[in-house]
Amino acid sequence: MWFERLLQGFIDTFLMVGVSSLIALLAGIPLAVILVTSAKGGIFEAPALNRALGAFVNLFRSIPFLILMVALIPFTRLIVGTTYGVWAAVVPLTIAATPFFARIAEVSLREVDHGLIEAAQAMGCRRWHIIWHVLLPEALPGIVGGFTITLVTMINSSAMAGAIGAGGLGDIAYRYGYQRFDSQIMLTVIVLLVILVAAIQLGGDRLARGLNKR
Amino acid sequence: MSAASPLRLEIPEPHNAVRTELHPDLNHAHVRFIGLGKTYNGQQGPVAALHGIDLAIQRGEVFGIIGRSGAGKSSLIRTINRLEQPTSGRVLIDQVDIGEFDEERLVHLRRRIGMIFQHFNLMSAKTVWQNVELPLKVAGVAKPAREQKVRELLELVGLQDKHKAYPAQLSGGQKQRVGIARALVHDPAILLCDEATSALDPETTQSILGLLREINRRLGLTIILITHEMAVIRDICDRVVVLEHGKIVEQGPVWQVFGNPQHEVSKTLLAPLQHSLPEDLQGRLQPQPASAQDAVVLRLQFTGSRQDEPDLAALFSALGGRVRLLQGGVERIQGHALGQLLLAVSGSPVGTEQLQQRAAAWAQQVEVLGYVV
Repeated sequence: MWFERLLQGFIDTFLMVGVSSLIALLAGIPLAVILVTSAKGGIFEAPALNRALGAFVNLFRSIPFLILMVALIPFTRLIVGTTYGVWAAVVPLTIAATPFFARIAEVSLREVDHGLIEAAQAMGCRRWHIIWHVLLPEALPGIVGGFTITLVTMINSSAMAGAIGAGGLGDIAYRYGYQRFDSQIMLTVIVLLVILVAAIQLGGDRLARGLNKR
Repeated sequence: MSAASPLRLEIPEPHNAVRTELHPDLNHAHVRFIGLGKTYNGQQGPVAALHGIDLAIQRGEVFGIIGRSGAGKSSLIRTINRLEQPTSGRVLIDQVDIGEFDEERLVHLRRRIGMIFQHFNLMSAKTVWQNVELPLKVAGVAKPAREQKVRELLELVGLQDKHKAYPAQLSGGQKQRVGIARALVHDPAILLCDEATSALDPETTQSILGLLREINRRLGLTIILITHEMAVIRDICDRVVVLEHGKIVEQGPVWQVFGNPQHEVSKTLLAPLQHSLPEDLQGRLQPQPASAQDAVVLRLQFTGSRQDEPDLAALFSALGGRVRLLQGGVERIQGHALGQLLLAVSGSPVGTEQLQQRAAAWAQQVEVLGYVV
């Protein structure tokens, strides 16, 4: 029974983190590309858009997750029809993860040597070519590293989502460990989380190192 | 080269293309700058990086632009492929003003102008092969044609066995060879070299300059390079301009600028290549002779304006007495012998003034430096 409960918690955490991070990955990269290329001196320079988008990202980055989650309850209900369970947690998690990951990816993209962009222009690349063939491949190791950080941060946040009824490992640890003083369960969950985070970090680092040809 | 040359830059021409009629000679210029200026908006108001540049670069020549850092070389060379947008004046390539090109025509223009860089600017995440292939890929060239072209160029630069390597695994010279292959992949008519050898050691510099010379001869393309090293100009260029504070201060064939530099900046840039007066001699040099036995020290400069080399036997017998060679050398640039000789003449039957006049029959400039015992 313990095993089944832990397995269910593991699956819930995995779903919450996996789905929200995947959406953050798909939305965050274009967002980061727009942030970098629209900046002053960028290949699609648009200072007004850049400032507006930057302010928007900062807004969501500055709200603590617990508060964001509560504030988004009406929006969550609108999207998934409920405010309880795994899928209800995915909405605020995604909204927190996307700007978080976009900022990290933005830094990697901005660090691409300007000389490479100049070389690409000199060889007759159009601006889309520069994004696709230069910016993204050159920044990929950094983007992978940033996505690893995002995954780990989302495991952290998903535990908070657990506290308002989303399930997952964090929820189990909170209920049994904190509310029932069952330290055995709590320790098991902690060990599981440590293993999960270590596995993600190790895998992410390996991948990033493999992609880095510098 | 005729106008029908296959290497002629072909740019789709709009209906309103500006064709400028100039002096017939200038009409054959490959690249021409007319009153070119560039002003940046600095923090302390506008900064003029270039002003009033008038210059014609001929088809097939190796043209050097030299100057100290901040002289405007980089800005000037970048106006040729519009990486830099001039604020005044015009750039004509094959008599076509490129100033008003939209992105589409600019992309086509840039595919016919190769460029190599001081820090190579290779894509670190791509192999040597993928780096050279990239310009063809973005131009939509089919795979078989791409493969043939990349193989051909890697062979030209001597890197066929390194095609799977990543740039980080290559030496500086090899990286620049990849840069050259990448720049030539569209069969450009012009190659721009932005301090292409400044990050390389002397030996590698020589091999890269040799390769550029060979490319210039074999493919007949126009090479325009910027550098702060006069040695690069001497080794590869046909003509040179000296840039200072965004203006041309001197220009001409390389042998002329080397043999007889007019401007202070040119002289400063040439200084490391020239023999200065050795220190031990400097200490012994007296402004006036202490006795009649003292030797006169003469500096003879050969500017290369004469076609023949200095005849030493004739020179020595004209000077008379005992002539010692203290220091000197002659080098050949573009078939002209230029250099200098430091001579100590003692026991000559004629006076100092007379010696100077006689030496002037062989050397273009003769200077009396002083007297030694």
